[in-house]
Amino acid sequence: FGAEFRRFSLDRYKPGKFEDFYKLILHIHHIANLEVMIGYADVHGDLLPINNDDNFFKAVSSAHPLLRVFIQRQDEVDYSNFGTNTLSRKKKTLVTLRNDNLRRRPHINISMPHDFRPVSSIIDVDILPETHRRVRLYRHGCEKPLGFYIRDGTSVRVTPHGLEKVPGIFISRMVPGGLAESTGLLAVNDEVLEVNGIEVAGKTLDQVTDMMIANSHNLIITVKPANQRNNIIRSSRMSGSSGQSTDSTASHHSLSTSHVLQNFHPDEMESDEEADIVIEGGLEPQHIPKLHNLTSSSLSRINGSSLSHRLQRDLVLNNNSGRESNGSIHKLLSSLKTDPRHSLVIPRGGIEEDGTVITL
Amino acid sequence: QTVEHGFPHQPSALGYSPFLHLMAIGTRSGAIKLYGAPGVEFMGLHEENNTVMQIHFIPDQCQLVTLVDDNSLHLWSLKHHSGASELQEEHRFTLKGPPGSPPSATQITAVLPHSLREVLYLGTESGNIFVLELPSFRVLEDRTITSEAVLQWIPEDYCNRRSCELVEALQEHPKNPEQILIGYSRGLIVLWDRQNKKVTHHFLGSQQLENLYWQRDGSQFISCHYDGSYTQWPVSSDNRQSLPLETLVPYGPFPCKAISKIYWQTTRNGLPYIIFQGGMPRASYGDRHSISVIHGSQQTAFDFTSRVIDFFIIFSSEPTAEFDDPSAMVVLAEEELIVIDLKSDGWPAVHPPYLASLHCSAITCSHHVSNIPLKLWERIISAGNKQNVHYSNMPWPIDGGTNIAPDPPQRDLLLTGHEDGTVRFWDASGVCLHLLYKLSTVRVFLTDADPNDNMNATGEDEWPPLRKVGTFDPYSDDPRLGIQKIYLCKYSGYLAVAGTAGQVLVLELNDEDAEHVVDHAEADLLQDQEGYRWKGHEKLKTRDGPVQFEAGFQPFVLVQCQPPAVVTSLALHSEWKLVAFGTSHGFGLFDYQQKQLVFVKCTLHPSDQLALEGPLSRVKSLKKSLRQSFRRIRRSRVSSRKRRGRGGNTSEMHEANAKFDQDMLQEMELAPVQRKIEARSAEDSFTGFVRTLYFADTFLRDSSRHCPSLWAGTNGGTVYAFCLRVPPVERRMDEPVRAEQAKEIQLMHRAPVVGILVLDGHNIPLPEPLEVSHDLSKSPDMQGSHQLLVVSEEQFKVFTLPKVSSKLKLKLTALEGCRVRKVMVANFGSCKTDDYSENDLAVLTNLGDIQIISLPFLKLQIRYPCIRKEDVSGIASCVFTKYGQGFYLISPSEFERFSLSTKWLVEPRCVVDVPEVSSNNHMRDMSVVDNAARKS
Repeated sequence: FGAEFRRFSLDRYKPGKFEDFYKLILHIHHIANLEVMIGYADVHGDLLPINNDDNFFKAVSSAHPLLRVFIQRQDEVDYSNFGTNTLSRKKKTLVTLRNDNLRRRPHINISMPHDFRPVSSIIDVDILPETHRRVRLYRHGCEKPLGFYIRDGTSVRVTPHGLEKVPGIFISRMVPGGLAESTGLLAVNDEVLEVNGIEVAGKTLDQVTDMMIANSHNLIITVKPANQRNNIIRSSRMSGSSGQSTDSTASHHSLSTSHVLQNFHPDEMESDEEADIVIEGGLEPQHIPKLHNLTSSSLSRINGSSLSHRLQRDLVLNNNSGRESNGSIHKLLSSLKTDPRHSLVIPRGGIEEDGTVITL
Repeated sequence: QTVEHGFPHQPSALGYSPFLHLMAIGTRSGAIKLYGAPGVEFMGLHEENNTVMQIHFIPDQCQLVTLVDDNSLHLWSLKHHSGASELQEEHRFTLKGPPGSPPSATQITAVLPHSLREVLYLGTESGNIFVLELPSFRVLEDRTITSEAVLQWIPEDYCNRRSCELVEALQEHPKNPEQILIGYSRGLIVLWDRQNKKVTHHFLGSQQLENLYWQRDGSQFISCHYDGSYTQWPVSSDNRQSLPLETLVPYGPFPCKAISKIYWQTTRNGLPYIIFQGGMPRASYGDRHSISVIHGSQQTAFDFTSRVIDFFIIFSSEPTAEFDDPSAMVVLAEEELIVIDLKSDGWPAVHPPYLASLHCSAITCSHHVSNIPLKLWERIISAGNKQNVHYSNMPWPIDGGTNIAPDPPQRDLLLTGHEDGTVRFWDASGVCLHLLYKLSTVRVFLTDADPNDNMNATGEDEWPPLRKVGTFDPYSDDPRLGIQKIYLCKYSGYLAVAGTAGQVLVLELNDEDAEHVVDHAEADLLQDQEGYRWKGHEKLKTRDGPVQFEAGFQPFVLVQCQPPAVVTSLALHSEWKLVAFGTSHGFGLFDYQQKQLVFVKCTLHPSDQLALEGPLSRVKSLKKSLRQSFRRIRRSRVSSRKRRGRGGNTSEMHEANAKFDQDMLQEMELAPVQRKIEARSAEDSFTGFVRTLYFADTFLRDSSRHCPSLWAGTNGGTVYAFCLRVPPVERRMDEPVRAEQAKEIQLMHRAPVVGILVLDGHNIPLPEPLEVSHDLSKSPDMQGSHQLLVVSEEQFKVFTLPKVSSKLKLKLTALEGCRVRKVMVANFGSCKTDDYSENDLAVLTNLGDIQIISLPFLKLQIRYPCIRKEDVSGIASCVFTKYGQGFYLISPSEFERFSLSTKWLVEPRCVVDVPEVSSNNHMRDMSVVDNAARKS
């Protein structure tokens, strides 16, 4: 659009719905008939999209006090501009690395997250200890089974009296092709600490099973991953400590402060789940019709395994072609080979993680 | 928790105080229960939960001593406390031998509380007898009767042949408290003089001794032996070594089993009663559990269906009375208490007012009805009385203590359904759960069972003269007869029962015997679904033609579900004369006025093969084969095991069990249990299983017209609502009842629906059928809008009516990890004012917690832990009453009663009057070990 600046105010605590905001933007810029993409600059100077209630709310709450909003035509959006460090400085190595490959292929049009449903996300990164991971599985509208098993086990805790063995609940098995496996965020032997914000300590395996099933439409599991090498590194700690084992410090953190699920709005869950089906009249439905059969086919496109596959291939290609290969890529590759799920949390570069959704 | 009803699980010891008229029963889990007059009961628990081996009341006192299988002695007292008596453990004691002595030196085998009340004699395995001062439990070492001290008075040639061995029996001389009869297991019997510390008489028995009994005048005693014989010995002052008067093997000449206990009771007419346990011919009747009573030419061997733990005779205990004149025999068998009236001709049994054997056939379901109208109550009692004519009308002979509990607030019925196709009606109003009436549904069906049950089939000339007594008969001949659901309408007297093979019976109360045909209908729940094959049991065959029914509830309609799967839910509406029933395949509605099936609805998911095959029946058949193998084991097991041997075996068994447990634990750690985490889906098995049925007159279609409706909830979280058109009373027989499906609700979380309820415009649950017309309830409010409450295992949800939209919910599983097992609306009255009461939901979870949840706002009010979460059968058996009480099985034979209400509380409150007790003051100075385990 070129430059046109408008300044207006929003209630920081009640910013309203994204949809209304979007209409407002179109209205005040007099571009009501256009499809646009709205982004904003976050505190770290990253350009992040605003395209749903979640990130809209996040954006508004991060304003201090000004919020810089960028508007682009939908068809002109260069998605690679979004993400970490995109506004402040360009990361040279990886970006140039990618450019060759990406340019050679026709641009794959992957729509923005509001166009399809999220399958999983890592949430509350900012309030959890780094050794923990809170994963949200969106079972809703997904054809896949959740696909994992849990078991009893013992966990070692650091207490004032030294190390202590306590009973714990662990992920024991992943069903191949299941939702849990395909997210790549959960793995066998991860210790389950919470289910939807409720600590599992002191609960039996059956209780935890029942809780998980009762929450299966919107399951939020806090785990202590068995593999602590791929924890999310917060921006304050830029240097890649990803290779270091953090096991020794793993259990210091108490979850007591993180009881509240921050990025989790009960209302949103309710609206999903409220949908008990009522059939009126003397209909004789033979079986319950398939509901929520939403754009499930499109989901396969972003399912983790195929994504990681492609990424892996790309990276392998890069490496073979003899282009700048450095130590970090080697490390990356070795971890990718052992466990495909780790490809989703590459520290910086190709894949970004913005708190609610994972975007390429 | 207020009181335990029924028969103690695994009783192990029996005691009786002729002075207090109280009976005590000890169990293998360390409980001790005292019973007197109906309503008088006490309970205590030994801390270590060890088997109670022996119970002895201290003569003329409110005290008793128990011997537990860890060889410890416990002194219990009945003490007054705020107006009522309480049972308290006063003291415990373990006999210690000199250092280095083997455990057998102090292993107690016989206990004799002396009539002078100052000492307790303890016979041991070593043959030594220790004397314990009461109540201090101090060993009086100088008074110990060692076997050496005894043997020096015995002829040497006898001593050489047989040493003393363990002390089998200790009996005080009935007239002379200074003389004590000591029986050693190898057969030696001596009379010990306490004062002079010497043997005054000795009796050289040649058979292994089991027990001893003094005749009332002390001139003779009787010994019974391992070989099935008993011997009378004279005790005369001039002969120190007596020869037996007579030795008899009552069931000889072939080898017989031991006689383990014997009574010799004198009577006015000169003919004694000889009563003994065991002694049956080893080969042909060795597996019987018998007690024989011989009186002149009359002889009966009472044949019990379970092992005899112990027995006692109630006779004249007045010291001045010349004769024993026995009035009753009280037998504690492993599974029931049987009292025989010895005064009436034919020695009939006495109907016990408590300690009922709830499990005489395994309990399969229960149903509680509060506040029974007097008329119905009386009719049930009169029907029951007609069944009980064979009982003695002797007043209950164990009548100690006084019941001071207030009269029960109302007449409550507890109905238990049993595996053998019977329904038992219990008076559950007060502390004594008492059998009123027993209904059998078996007569409607043709079964393989022999109609001429051999219960009383004994011919004149048969020997031994066995007579079966008792009601405990756990073996059902046809598991299909089992009762699964019961519904009683207390206003109309209509009863519906449903069973394992899909049978649904509607019965009505008739005060006379009658012969009539039972109308029979079949409900094909699969309807047009094709390609299914039921692999479970067949349906029950019915009897053709009229059937004779005794007075009481008589069936007039039988509906058989097809496939004949177990009936999983049942509802009856006595005003509309409709009965609804559901199985794992669907549900149906039957008009029992016109005797017409109104409709059936298949709820089965087409892919659900498991439900079709009838896996429940597979479980049953496994149970059946288990039962058969148990029967074999029981037959082969030697019935009378030695007392001390049992003690040894139990500890071994404990060890073995502990080891087994450990092994299991290790194994479990090697292969941990895992649980699948998966959302429920429509394709899951047993989603069609109908869990709950509910009739309601409410607004189903629009908010202006209400109509009768039937609601059904399934395992898959589906709720079906049918609009019913019931013709007015005057045309009830002319027009058919019509039903039309009005709604179907699929709960998104798909958890099993366990309860459905409609709240009226004032948020009050709709009244029961006929409640309003009997002026026992206000009419429901039809002005304001109604609400629908659906309780699933995971959450409570309130919907608006007639348009079903979610209004309110309470999640249980998602937040707490527990699931609803039982739910019922309970009315809680205030104990302070009569004019306040509220309706709440009483909920039992799979963790055994009870929660009270308010209506209509679904707020958790209070939560109590109630049943151990491992006690799955306890949780499954729980029933709530309408006024905030409840029952659950703590063992196959015992209900625990609990109360959530401050207003309705049924618990024992009784007084046992303490006679004049001589100085006992130093008692208070003792450090009283207060581990009284009385339940609060």
